[in-house]
Amino acid sequence: MTANETTPIEMQGPSCPIPHHHTETVVIGHGSGGQMTQDLIRNIFQSQLGNAFLLEGNDAARIPLEQLNGEIAVSTDSHVVSPMFFPGGDIGRLAICGTVNDVSMLGAIPRFITAGFIIEEGFAMDSLKNIVNSMAQACNEAGVQIVAGDTKVVEKGSVDGLFINTAGLGMIPAGRKIGGQYAKPGDAVLISGTLGDHGIAILQARGDLGFESQILSDVAPLNNMIERLLDEIPEVHVLRDPTRGGLATTLKEIACQSQVSIRLQEESIPIKPDVNIACELLGFDPLYIANEGKVIIILPDHSSEKALEILHNSPYGTNAMRIGEIFQEDPGQVLLETVFGSTRMLDLLAGEILPRIC
Amino acid sequence: MIEKNISEILKGYRDADMVKRVIHEIHQRVTQPWAIMEICGGQTHAIMQYGLDQLLPDEIELIHGPGCPVCVTALELIDQALWIADQNDVIFTSFGDMLRVPGSKGDLFSARASGRQVRVVYSPLDAVRIAQENPVKQVVFFAIGFETTAPANVMAVLQAEKLGLDNFSILPANVLVPPAMHAILGSPNNRVQGFLAAGHVCAVMGYWEYPTIAQKYNTPIVVTGFEPLDLVNGILRTIKLLEESRIEVENAYPRAVTFDGNQAAQSLIKKVFQPVDRKWRGIGSIPNSGYGLTKAYMHYDASNRFNSGDIKTEESKICIAGEVLRGLKKPSECPAFGTLCTPQSPLGAPMVSSEGACAAYYRYGRKSS
Repeated sequence: MTANETTPIEMQGPSCPIPHHHTETVVIGHGSGGQMTQDLIRNIFQSQLGNAFLLEGNDAARIPLEQLNGEIAVSTDSHVVSPMFFPGGDIGRLAICGTVNDVSMLGAIPRFITAGFIIEEGFAMDSLKNIVNSMAQACNEAGVQIVAGDTKVVEKGSVDGLFINTAGLGMIPAGRKIGGQYAKPGDAVLISGTLGDHGIAILQARGDLGFESQILSDVAPLNNMIERLLDEIPEVHVLRDPTRGGLATTLKEIACQSQVSIRLQEESIPIKPDVNIACELLGFDPLYIANEGKVIIILPDHSSEKALEILHNSPYGTNAMRIGEIFQEDPGQVLLETVFGSTRMLDLLAGEILPRIC
Repeated sequence: MIEKNISEILKGYRDADMVKRVIHEIHQRVTQPWAIMEICGGQTHAIMQYGLDQLLPDEIELIHGPGCPVCVTALELIDQALWIADQNDVIFTSFGDMLRVPGSKGDLFSARASGRQVRVVYSPLDAVRIAQENPVKQVVFFAIGFETTAPANVMAVLQAEKLGLDNFSILPANVLVPPAMHAILGSPNNRVQGFLAAGHVCAVMGYWEYPTIAQKYNTPIVVTGFEPLDLVNGILRTIKLLEESRIEVENAYPRAVTFDGNQAAQSLIKKVFQPVDRKWRGIGSIPNSGYGLTKAYMHYDASNRFNSGDIKTEESKICIAGEVLRGLKKPSECPAFGTLCTPQSPLGAPMVSSEGACAAYYRYGRKSS
């Protein structure tokens, strides 16, 4: 065979494959740190969450200290709720509200938030966009800014869709001393609204209830309402949001921290009829179901009426009630007085009722 | 609309004034000490939750019966469940309560944590759906419960048959109330003088079996519901019968229970289940006290499908669950109660289930009473 007899190569034009544009789902390349990461950050995050701090584009946010007066409050939280979209909210709103509320519980004014996203490859870009949009709206409502963020994309199966880790930073105005250790005998216990809405909404969204209901999660940023309250009534002793473990578990923690006992009147505890019925059918106690937009307020009793008036004037406090009092004897106990005149003790939630509710 | 009605209906049965009035009448009627057993764990919990026991006269002692299906499920069955869950290509399904019940070694939660497929379902029919969605897996449902859950367990088998699913089976563990009542009342150290019969069991089975039991053991029986007013009313009627020395069976839950019970449910049960001897945890074997599958449905029995071989069981040495379940001791009399044994790290099943007596005592703060 000579060179002349060589079979001619059929040219089919340039054969270098044009890469797919991954605009519909998140792929591993979005977490590479390269061009795709930059595109993701620009198109999804900066476009919706952009502010002077974030747009600086550095490895860390530079925060001028003049903005901070007195002490700072710092909190961090991870959000793994399943399903990510549920009646009344989604993981994005939950991440912002949860962090804002945690910081607010020290009487701090939440200012800055950081957000780390761990995304499973194949996650729908539209869903991510919607979630980030919810975060932007919640930030707007709460008056906070996301000043730093991080994105990692992991192999299919390594996480379930999307997990978000946040940190929150807030300033505590001079003179405020609020915390779970400051409840005092003679104080009144208030709750800002109905209990158990979030936990039952999640259960319903999972399709686990086996029946239909219209229960919405209560997920909401409470900082504006709390700020109005503290403006008028600076002598609030305790603020605490009854998230996982519900009202009962949270009050038990406060009773132990402050070395006091708490007596609650069952008939004054606000619970929506739908939530009550769902709990009846499933054998749950609504006092142990999670909330994401409620706050327990413990303050000198003489201020409780005024506090209720302020709460009732806020969109997130319309169903606020005075539900109990603080006593000195039997420190660490939480007692519920039933409508029949008997009492029962409330303890910490044992084990898991509903996994991955926040 | 329906929801509103339910909550309106419930309100009536939780009316504080009505409950107090009945309690007052109980106080007036009682002239001597009486020991009454509520057999059902749901009733034990309601009594504790509403604190009704605190309102009763000192003369009345409520003995908590073995009416928690999670608690009385034999250790052998739990170990068998753990063995099945540990097999490859199995999705083991169960009500949530069963996951934390300690077997000889470990529980279903730890099986799940070690990578086994253990799923919580709210209805046996959910397990059938999982079988439909996972044709290459064997799906097993842990069919526990009293007569109350039997119709749903039966429906799961019938549904699997209808769908032609050959990857669905149940581990039959249903237990029956009347044989347990015979066992308790016939025991030489029995202290029970009157019975609150379990309203929901009777809603399915009726109470035609009870007059014989009442006569044989000289013990009045009152079919009782679960709301506060139902419970105090059931207690009042039992006290009246006891005080008047009348050995009778009364129905204090007529809105749910008839003498004959739910005939449709009973005939379905008969088609799929037959009475078999069953071992109760902490009590021992009771003749004809459980449901096994009938010959025609034997192939849905997971214990036939999976040969677990001989299982050696080992109970905790400190736990007094057996005596608690027989009504001989109160949970708080156990040396481990609230210290070594808590709902977070239970030694015995009654500390686990939402219907278990130990869990009720713990949760509603009866630690030191």
